[in-house]
Amino acid sequence: MLTALGTAPFLLYVAVFLLLPIGVLGVEAFRATDPVTFEETWSTDSLTTITGGVYRRAYLGSLQLSLITAVLSAVLGLALAVAILRARRGLLLRRLVLTAAGVLANFGGIPLAFAFIATIGTQGVVTAMLQDTLGIGLGGFSLYSMTGLALVYLYFLIPLMVLTIIPALEALRPQWREAADNLGASGWQYWRYVGGPVLLPPVLGATMLLFASAFAAYATAKALVGSSVPLVTLQIADALSSNVVVGAENLGKALALGMIVVVGLVMAFYAWVQRRTQRWLA
Amino acid sequence: MTALAEGIAGAGGVAPETPVRSGRRGGGAWRFGVLGLLGLYFLVPIAASVWFTVRNRGTGEFTAEHYTGIPGADGFAESFTRSLVLAGLTVLIALALMVPTVVLVDLRLPRLRTTVEVLTLMPLVVPPIALVVGVRSVLSWAPDYFLDTWLAEVFFAIQEPELPWILVLMYVVLALPFVYRALDSGVRGADLRTLTEAARNLGASWPRVLVSVVLPVLRTSVLNAAFLTFALVLGEFTFANILGFETFPTWILRISGSAPQLSVAVSVLSLVVTWMLLLMISALDRRRGTKENA
Repeated sequence: MLTALGTAPFLLYVAVFLLLPIGVLGVEAFRATDPVTFEETWSTDSLTTITGGVYRRAYLGSLQLSLITAVLSAVLGLALAVAILRARRGLLLRRLVLTAAGVLANFGGIPLAFAFIATIGTQGVVTAMLQDTLGIGLGGFSLYSMTGLALVYLYFLIPLMVLTIIPALEALRPQWREAADNLGASGWQYWRYVGGPVLLPPVLGATMLLFASAFAAYATAKALVGSSVPLVTLQIADALSSNVVVGAENLGKALALGMIVVVGLVMAFYAWVQRRTQRWLA
Repeated sequence: MTALAEGIAGAGGVAPETPVRSGRRGGGAWRFGVLGLLGLYFLVPIAASVWFTVRNRGTGEFTAEHYTGIPGADGFAESFTRSLVLAGLTVLIALALMVPTVVLVDLRLPRLRTTVEVLTLMPLVVPPIALVVGVRSVLSWAPDYFLDTWLAEVFFAIQEPELPWILVLMYVVLALPFVYRALDSGVRGADLRTLTEAARNLGASWPRVLVSVVLPVLRTSVLNAAFLTFALVLGEFTFANILGFETFPTWILRISGSAPQLSVAVSVLSLVVTWMLLLMISALDRRRGTKENA
């Protein structure tokens, strides 16, 4: 009994600084402030508002961006991880890529945005170079758009994928490959019947993590596009910084609650898939 | 022998002219493609950023002024120092909270493991911006409901712009997943149970066990967790921005309008700092590895 008390500080801390703020969101998203009397009432107005118009577009924009970047970086990250693990004289290369991945996965946010602005922004080095040599600049491409953001997001998502998937790849025993080879299986057959099924759950899990990471990204988008691209995180910041509109604060809470619901649904889906694949593997 | 091998291969109807595992060496083209393309993608922005900051656009001359100008830049010293202090405090609190918890759960309360694991992983999936909106709501209780009570005083005190304790308290939450994972892997690898039982049997008290047995064993994991947390706090933007405090990242964004080259130079520098922090982690890991092999 006394030993159980030892975890009390941790549980208390998590309750106050993690569960309480989330719980407050869940309650206060249903409050509304009357613009004239400033009286607070229960209402679903904020929640109705966020399902339409500019907010609906923001949710769809965020979902689209995070889905595309998550899948793309999962594929590219997996390819990179396989490439460095199976390189023959690859020990140095492998260590180099892994260290770089560790650094770059942590190189998000504001500095990353500025690195890309310096590269392919309006005044960027590569932009200027293409303009000088070919006279075309970047063509129709703009860094300050949804596509531009996706390109930047890949920069921290691919390393994150490499880091999370390497342990799973290392768990693929070489003996399985040898056994498959000795039984006359082709490379494709090996991946279809042995490697693929074993890797599927961890790859799916990593993709979910990438999705959550891209969906929550705020700093990079804020520095790059201000609020010209429809994204939930930017809309929340807008709602909170607005002192003019009464009830904007409640709107921010509703938008934030919506984000948690989206992530929760994705996690529930992941848990369901995980259970199914486990049954299938067993 | 060769004839025999050929005979066996022939019997099966397959004639592997190359060694069986040739699939691994063949088809290397895609690997070079992937490595080359991604290498380019990851190197170009870094190279371009450096080029952007050392070359004067008008005259084409090279200069280091944007780097030498960083320490004297308006607001740099305050915001960077503040971020360093926040990072240090976050590391201390996160470790003080998590080391006893992880050790206790591993040794005495394995039934709580799943609960602790799930709770510590939550900050990884709850978007920070959603969490900070909730925190803002809670903080607004002070003027709304608690005015003239000691609780309001506490609420105002932790929002002091010079040293915003509320950021420290929340950064501990953001660091939980990394701290927990680092400590947990250390605890699992060390077989703490045997070590502590031995120490207890020899008559050591529990505090003595913690200080003389547990901490030395966990030293690498503790340092690992500390460095990761440090890097996390130095780069954190969402909480500081939404709650309106100036830290290192929000400072970079503020000056970017008036001094674009300075902001890129600082970004390059912060990449170098992250790099060094993580190199220290891997150096520590390797040192432990060699010690265990010896």
